[in-house]
Amino acid sequence: MSAKVITITSGKGGVGKTTATANIGAALATMGQRVACIDADIGLRNLDVVLGLENRIVYDLVDAVEGRCRLSQAMIKDKHIPDLYLIPSAQTRDKTAVSPSDMIRICDELRPDLDWVIVDSPAGIERGFKNAIAPADEVIVITNPEVSAVRDADRIIGIVEAEEKGTPKLLINRLNPEMVKQNNMLSADDVVDLLAIHLLGIVPEDKAVLISTNQGTPITLDNKSLAGQAYQNIARRLMGEEIPLLDLDKGSGFFNRISSVFGSGD
Amino acid sequence: MQAQEIEIKGIKNGILIELKDGEWEDQKDALLSHIDDNLAFFKSARIVLDVGDRSLKSPDLSGLRNTLSDRDVKLKAVLSTSLVTERASQDLGLEIKLDESSPEPEKSSINSMLDGDEAIFLHRTLRSGHKVKYQGHIVVLGDVNPGAELIAGGNIIIWGRLRGVAHAGAGGDTSAVVCSLDLSPTQLRISDKISVSPPRKGKPHPEIAFLEDGQVTARDWAAGK
Ligand SMILES: Nc1ncnc2c1ncn2[C@@H]1O[C@H](COP(=O)(O)OP(=O)(O)OP(=O)(O)O)[C@@H](O)[C@H]1O
Ligand SMILES: [Mg+2]
Repeated sequence: MSAKVITITSGKGGVGKTTATANIGAALATMGQRVACIDADIGLRNLDVVLGLENRIVYDLVDAVEGRCRLSQAMIKDKHIPDLYLIPSAQTRDKTAVSPSDMIRICDELRPDLDWVIVDSPAGIERGFKNAIAPADEVIVITNPEVSAVRDADRIIGIVEAEEKGTPKLLINRLNPEMVKQNNMLSADDVVDLLAIHLLGIVPEDKAVLISTNQGTPITLDNKSLAGQAYQNIARRLMGEEIPLLDLDKGSGFFNRISSVFGSGD
Repeated sequence: MQAQEIEIKGIKNGILIELKDGEWEDQKDALLSHIDDNLAFFKSARIVLDVGDRSLKSPDLSGLRNTLSDRDVKLKAVLSTSLVTERASQDLGLEIKLDESSPEPEKSSINSMLDGDEAIFLHRTLRSGHKVKYQGHIVVLGDVNPGAELIAGGNIIIWGRLRGVAHAGAGGDTSAVVCSLDLSPTQLRISDKISVSPPRKGKPHPEIAFLEDGQVTARDWAAGK
């Protein structure tokens, strides 16, 4: 078996890449998959915080790239879930410390022993982004349902396509069905209509996300949370299961249309 | 001195030129000055350009094609080991292989001749940040998203939605038109006139925009009129 490398990226910053990386990684690992999450946001390390592993870091990605440690020494084992590992980024270095070919080499070294490698990309189109998508077999673009974020997502999709990484998949994060209903937020339909790529999942706005981030426990381990369930569903879709989109707004049939368009529903 | 960096070979249907390593802009200038020094030799020539592993985008190639055509040299094919360059070439209707056996290499090209004008055909979504500039007509099968920009010397035809910027008749042609199945541009320009479309009311429908009394005007498209 050889792991699949998935890079999670966005045009605009702060839309939820790091949260998604931690949660998709955790959800896949709870399904028995062997997963490593790589924080490729060099200089702005935070995936370790979201996973609650900050105090266990000894070596980081740059140490592994520069040969100061073996790759396995930079892999931190998660405290909740077996077979979930984190490769943290360096706090003190800039993104030129790693090149796209370094990322490809690191991921190739990980592939034989894992099922998934999830790479958390920095936002934007600079060097850090190029590093993050270089090893990707598949790219997931995250956006919030907001005009400027969607515009930047469109730009990134164009660039990912031009880099011959195929058409990325879309994750819409922080959707608030109430606000959509009042016409104060773009609907998932509006976003998909513009970006015209496959919708992998919708994660609702959920206060519990912030709380779980602060506690360093991925929200997806909380079965009561809608956002947590959304991430579990995304992980199952990545595994090839056909899971309908969560009915975030029961009764209106709002999401039924999208699920039928993309064949992931009934 | 510059010309030494260029390697030129005669091939069955034209001339094969291999660019050496180095900055694209420098190599391009070297090529152009070599052609300028030997205009008689290159007149009406069809050239196949081997750019090696350079990653070139459509605007690079279309710019070169335009400059070459000003010199009466036709850029027929671009050979490259870069997938990005191959794709850009295909978007522009250029060949990407040396096809010496084919007697009519033009056939596989997607350039169409419209009353002697050339058009490029783009079959894809044009996304934010994409910019297509072409001296002839531009035909898009797909959407033109906000943040994308089309600039044509001739007409712009979009079988899809226009939500970005379109500029037809960019060289001053006041008879140029822009048509789209859903004409909701961020900005529409014809020749030197600029307009901003009001938000659409009701369902989208095909429209054609043109200049009337110096104003950009849009009208519903009705077949047969
Ligand atoms: N579904 C959600 N509901 C509520 N808050 C969320 C949700 N997803 C993310 N957030 C919050 O949004 C903030 C930004 O998230 P995150 O750090 O994952 O974004 P990012 O895209 O990685 O940012 P950067 O571009 O800076 O790396 C965090 O405070 C996080 O808790
Ligand atoms: Mg982040």
